Amino acid sequence: MSIQMPEPDRSVLARRDEIVAALRNIVPGEGVISAPHELRPYESDGLTAYRQPPMVVVLPETVAQVSAILAWCHAQGVKVVPRGSGTSLSGGALPLADAVLLGLGKFNRVIEVNHADRLAVVQPGVTNLAITRAVEDAGFYYAPDPSSQIACSIGGNVAENSGGVHCLKYGLTTNNVLGVELVLMDGEVVRLGGRQLDPAGLDLLGVVVGSEGLLGVVTEVTVRILPKPQTARAVLLGFPDPESAGACVAQVIAEGIIPAGMEMMDRPAIHAAEAFVQVGYPLDVGALLIVEVDGPAAECDHLIEEIARIARDNGATTLRVSTDEQERLAFWAGRKAAFPAVGRLAPDYYCMDGTIPRRRLPDVLRRMEEMSQRYGLGVANVFHAGDGNLHPLILYDANLPGELDRAEAFGNDILRLCVEVGGVLTGEHGVGIEKRDLMPDMFSEADLKQQQRVKCAFDPDLLLNPGKVFPTLHRCAELGRMHVHRGQVPFPELPRF
Amino acid sequence: MAILRPTTAQELCDAVADAAASGRRLEIRGGGSKAAIGAPREIDLLDMRSFAGIVDYDPAELVLTAGAGTPLAEIEALVEGEGQMLAFEPFDHGPLLGATAGAATIGGVVAAGVAGSRRVTAGSARDHLLGLQAVSGRGEAFVAGAKVVKNVTGYDLPKLMAGSWGRIAAMTEVTLKVLPRPRVSTTLIADGLSDRAALAAMSQALGSHAEVSAAAHLPAAANGGTAATLLRVAGFAPSVEARCAMLPELLSGHCLLRRAAPDEADRLWTAVRDASPLDEPVLWRVHIQPSHACGLTEALAPLDVRWLYDWAGGLVWLAGEAPADAVRAAAAAAGGQAMLVRAPRELRAQVPAQHPRAAGVMALERRVRRAFDPAGVFEGGRFLGETDAD
Repeated sequence: MSIQMPEPDRSVLARRDEIVAALRNIVPGEGVISAPHELRPYESDGLTAYRQPPMVVVLPETVAQVSAILAWCHAQGVKVVPRGSGTSLSGGALPLADAVLLGLGKFNRVIEVNHADRLAVVQPGVTNLAITRAVEDAGFYYAPDPSSQIACSIGGNVAENSGGVHCLKYGLTTNNVLGVELVLMDGEVVRLGGRQLDPAGLDLLGVVVGSEGLLGVVTEVTVRILPKPQTARAVLLGFPDPESAGACVAQVIAEGIIPAGMEMMDRPAIHAAEAFVQVGYPLDVGALLIVEVDGPAAECDHLIEEIARIARDNGATTLRVSTDEQERLAFWAGRKAAFPAVGRLAPDYYCMDGTIPRRRLPDVLRRMEEMSQRYGLGVANVFHAGDGNLHPLILYDANLPGELDRAEAFGNDILRLCVEVGGVLTGEHGVGIEKRDLMPDMFSEADLKQQQRVKCAFDPDLLLNPGKVFPTLHRCAELGRMHVHRGQVPFPELPRF
Repeated sequence: MAILRPTTAQELCDAVADAAASGRRLEIRGGGSKAAIGAPREIDLLDMRSFAGIVDYDPAELVLTAGAGTPLAEIEALVEGEGQMLAFEPFDHGPLLGATAGAATIGGVVAAGVAGSRRVTAGSARDHLLGLQAVSGRGEAFVAGAKVVKNVTGYDLPKLMAGSWGRIAAMTEVTLKVLPRPRVSTTLIADGLSDRAALAAMSQALGSHAEVSAAAHLPAAANGGTAATLLRVAGFAPSVEARCAMLPELLSGHCLLRRAAPDEADRLWTAVRDASPLDEPVLWRVHIQPSHACGLTEALAPLDVRWLYDWAGGLVWLAGEAPADAVRAAAAAAGGQAMLVRAPRELRAQVPAQHPRAAGVMALERRVRRAFDPAGVFEGGRFLGETDAD
C-alpha cells in the first residue's frame, strides 16, 4: 500500500450534503447514491488492493446531465472520478474521498450499426463484447479483445486504450476508434473525430484515447468493425526453454507472418494452468507457445505449416495443431485460465504489465528469477509474445504482514527492468495509480511536464481524476511559465548553422 | 527569409527558444515537398535535414528508429530490403505539387499524416508512429511514446504529432512500427462501373472474407474514358489465390472482375496515389464516410469538377474550379472534411487549407498547441484563420 493519494479537501468534505443535493437536482431519483453501505460496491476497481469509498456516486443517463454535473463541479471546485465498468487493473477508477464518482453504466445503448461503412456508434457503457454481439449477425466483430471483454465497457477501453491477445495483428483501441463525443470538465460537449478516416485538425481523439479519464468524459464512441475471420486455427508448441521459444517467435515474424495471437507461458504458469483445467499441456517443457492464425482456410493451412516448420527448426519438443474448434478452444483454455490458475498457488497474486523488446526476453526472465529469490516470492509469466507485452504474476499472501509491500516492490523492480532494457511500464493496463510513481523511471521531468501541459489544455483546474498517472501535481499556471534563458543570445545572426 | 540549420538537439533548442523570446516565427521544414500546401508565406525556416540517418532497425522487433530528416526513399529502400514495409504506404507529395520526387522526409510524412491506399485497412501515420524525440515551441527537448510496438504509458503524444503539420514541436527522431511486406499482391479490376456501382462493390469487398487491403475507383473521366475499379488482395500466395477466387462470385451482382497485369496495376495504383489523372490546378482531398461519397460527387458534378475515389470511397480526390465554399459545404453536409491540397497562390491566400472545425474544437486545438508552443513560434500563417497566437 505504498501509493499515497492526494489529501482530501476538508472544505469539500464539509459541503457533502450540499453537493449531494445539487447532484440530485441534476439527476433525479436513484441516480445519486450517497448512503455509506451503497457506496461500498464502488470503493475499488480491478486493482483491489486499493479501496476508498467515494464521497458520492452519480449515475447520469443523458449527455445533458453529464454536462451539467461537470459544469457544476467545475464551478464549485469539486473533483470528479469517471468510471465505466470498474475493471481497470491499474486503479484508474479508484475513487477519492472528496470526489464525485461519475458512473457511465446507464449509457448502455447501441445507437447505430452501419455494416456498409464498417462502423458502429455506441454509448460508453456498452461492454466490449456487446459491440460484437450487436454486429455479428452480418458477420462482423469488434477486434480489440481485452480479457475482461464480457464486463469492461467501451468507454473504459477508450480511457485505457485497451488491447488484448489479438492486438499485434488488429491493433489497440486507438487503432479501432473513429470518433468520440467528449464532455470537458467545464461541461462543454465536443465531438472529436467522426465517421471518416483522418478528420481535419489536430488528432485530439488520438490523445484522448488512453488518457485514463483525465481529459474528459466520453459519452459516445464510434468504432470500426471488421468482417469476422472465416476460420481460426491454433498450434500448441512446447520448447525446452524460453530462449528457444523466443527464437521461434522472432523467426515467425522475420518470415513475414503476423499471427492473430502468439502467447507464451513459462514453466510455473504451464503447471498451474494444467493443474487447474487439465487441457493436456506438456509438463516437461520450459516454455509453451500458443500461436493462432485466422483468415480463409487456405491461409490458415499455409501458415500453420510454415509455423510448424519454424518451430521444428527452433527445437520444439511438442507440436500439436488444432484439428477442430473444440481443440483450438482447449489450447486457449489453459492460457485464459492462467490468472485464476496461478491464483490457486497462493492466496493472492499481483499481475504486472510491462513491455520489452522481444530480443531481451531471456535476459529479463533470468533477472526476474533472481528477483524472485531475493524477494522470496514466486512468479509465473504469461506473455503476449508477438508484441513483447509481459504479464508476470507475483504470488503473495496479503494476510502476512509486509508481504503486499514486498510484492509491490518486486513488481516495481520488474517494471524498472522493463524500462532499463528499452521497454515501457505498461503495455495495456494503464498507469493509473499503480505505476504512477514509476513514471520518472521512464520519462524525464521535461517529458512529464509536457504531458501535464496537455492535461492543462483540457482541465486547467486539475479536477478530473486527479492523483492518477502523474506522480507530481503541478499547478497549470506554474507549468505554463516560460523560462527564457536570456543573457547570451544564441542566434545573433540567423543563418549560423 | 533566413534558413536555420541546427545540427544538434541543443542547437535546435536554442534556435526555438530564441525565436520564442524574440517573438519570431519559424516554419519546420524537411524536404519541402509539401511546402506548396497552405497559404503563401514569408517566414524563417527551420531545416531539419541534419537530423538524418537510421538510428536502430531490428526487423524481428518490427521497429525502426530514424532521424526525422531521413529521406522517405532511404527508409523505404531499407525496409524493403528486409522484406518489410511502412504499412501506411506513405508517399512523396512532390509530383502532386509540381516538383520532382525524392525530397520527402520521414518527419514531414509523419507531420502531415500522409497515408496511401492501404490506409483503409492498415491505418495512417498516426497508427504506426510509436515514439519520438522533439523540441517543443518552448525550446525544450522531450520524448513521447517509446520504441516498442505496444505501449500505453502516459498520454499518446505521438498521435498528436502525426498530422500536426509542424505546429506543436520539431521532431528530431521518430520510431515507427514496420510490418512484413506481402509476398504477393494481386489487383482485380472491374471495368466500366458507375460510381454508385463501384462504391457498392468496394463496400461489399471490404466487408467480406476476401480481406481486400485497398480499393479505389477511377471514373471514366479520370481514366481515359473507361472507369476502373481496383481491388488489391495481398499476402501469402495460397491465401491470395483463395481470396481472389472469392471475389467474382461475391460481386457477381455488381460487376465482372479481371486480373490486372502487374504493370497495369502499378500504373493505376500510382495514378490513384498521386491523383495524377486530375491535372487541374485546384485539387482537394475530401475525407468522408464511404456511403456518402457518391452523394458528394453528384452534388458537385454540375460545377465542372472531376474526381477519383480511394480508401473504398473514404477519400475523394476532387479537382476543378468549383467555389471553395461549395466544396466545403458539400463535404460538411456529408459529415466529412475537405482539404485544399493544390491551388494557385491567389486562391491559397484566401482559402484555408484545412477544413474549419466546430468553434469549441478549434479552441481546444489552440489550447493544446499553446501547451507545446506558448509563444506561437510554429504558427507561421500557413493555416488561415487558425493562427491568432496569444
